[in-house]
Amino acid sequence: MKNKPTVGEILQAKGVSRRGFLKYCATTASLLALPPAMIPRIAKAIESARRPSVIWLSFQECTGCTESLTRSAAPTVEGLIFDAISLDYHHTLQAASGDQAEAARHAAMEENEGGYLVLVDGSIPMGNPGFSTIAGISNYDMLMETVAGAAAVVSIGTCAAFGGIPGANPNPTGAVSVGDLVKDKPIINVPGCPPIPMVMTAVLTQFLTFGQLPEVDKYGRPLAFFGQTIHDRCYRRPFYEQGKFANTFDDEGAKAGWCLYKLGCKGPTTYNACATVKWNQGTSFPIESGHPCLGCSEPDFWDKGGFYEPLSTGNFGSGAKVAGAAAAGVALGAVAAVAGRRRQAKYTKEA
Amino acid sequence: MTSIDNIGVQVQAVHGNVRPILNEVLHALDKLIDNNETTIIDLAGLPFGPGELDVLEETLGKGELSAQLDALGSSRIQETTYPGVWWIEHRNAHDEVVGRYLEITRIPEILSSQDADICAGRVSLGEQFE
Ligand code: SF4
Repeated sequence: MKNKPTVGEILQAKGVSRRGFLKYCATTASLLALPPAMIPRIAKAIESARRPSVIWLSFQECTGCTESLTRSAAPTVEGLIFDAISLDYHHTLQAASGDQAEAARHAAMEENEGGYLVLVDGSIPMGNPGFSTIAGISNYDMLMETVAGAAAVVSIGTCAAFGGIPGANPNPTGAVSVGDLVKDKPIINVPGCPPIPMVMTAVLTQFLTFGQLPEVDKYGRPLAFFGQTIHDRCYRRPFYEQGKFANTFDDEGAKAGWCLYKLGCKGPTTYNACATVKWNQGTSFPIESGHPCLGCSEPDFWDKGGFYEPLSTGNFGSGAKVAGAAAAGVALGAVAAVAGRRRQAKYTKEA
Repeated sequence: MTSIDNIGVQVQAVHGNVRPILNEVLHALDKLIDNNETTIIDLAGLPFGPGELDVLEETLGKGELSAQLDALGSSRIQETTYPGVWWIEHRNAHDEVVGRYLEITRIPEILSSQDADICAGRVSLGEQFE
């Protein structure tokens, strides 16, 4: 690791000016939900950080997670993070295949023993090792061999984090999550079907910048992004508080942009950052486009009853509680702003 | 008229974030006047509804000075009609907005020439003409 260039050196070699670097640090602070006062500290940390080695394993997945992350072809601010990490193995993206690719994986593991990150997308079939293999190696064997010398594991997407669609009833391949198998390494779950690209890069950035993994919730999800529900930060929340709901996709309520709770919105029980980080170049998120949240970043989202059944029908456990909570409503802006500030205040204290 | 225009969607506006932010700007201006203290408000973490950000931008308006920065994509640095209140928007190479801030300060730091760039420029000019 010692001979690897620092991120500062990499950016300098790419002709990135100091202004460009400051801009990069400002957007990094924003990405990590850190207060702008932290920018100088981030700049110092990033400049001297050495690029970590990353091994990306893809198991039973649809490649949607990789697609979500690697759509960008031209250099972007967040794309620089990927120049700053050393992606030593990703069998979908790398040119090498078969024995050559496996040799690259082994070389990265040996060279960075104890310090590399393993990113996994897809679930692991335990029903029969032959259901999914890479270079003749079962997903289980490859996972266990690769994580043995890793600093930490990041499960990218709901399949790796919770089993996802392959693990949905009747789970024909006996699919399990990374966390079901790996017990002796820190695991960060970044669920979503697919996850928000910026959340994936934020986890890597945090590791790169501060050499530490983010604070997580009970499902191992980074609190900066999964600390609040979609409902907590939904701009339609005032309509929910006022009891103004769309009852069908084409009624007056739908046209007026009212709350989608009765159309099956899982926002109240779903922890994710779609309502603020948004999708498609920050354009919108499903609720803003008129469709209820499916709850794709929650465990077993596929098996929790109909997507268009309201939470209060009882399939989701906490529906009655959520419906009752409307009476005790609080103004949206205030809730979101206070929660955001609280998180920022915490980091300022630590800075 | 296209069929899309025929869909009678008239989304009711929700502008719950604008007033609290304007209040924060007022407090930040007091801090700038009294203690010369800069405040940066990161607009990325707030759940803006459709059009809400536009209302905030329109309310603050455009002042006398605006600058465009080209570094890792373009950035717009615009003083609002309220001197000392700057609207800063960073974009990446795909022209996607990657950061949006209100900076309450005399001059945003990113507008100053940076020491590292000045030194590098000095070396490169020297190489050509010395
Ligand atoms: S139920 Fe869904 S649409 Fe309604 S306020 Fe909550 S998250 Fe938004």
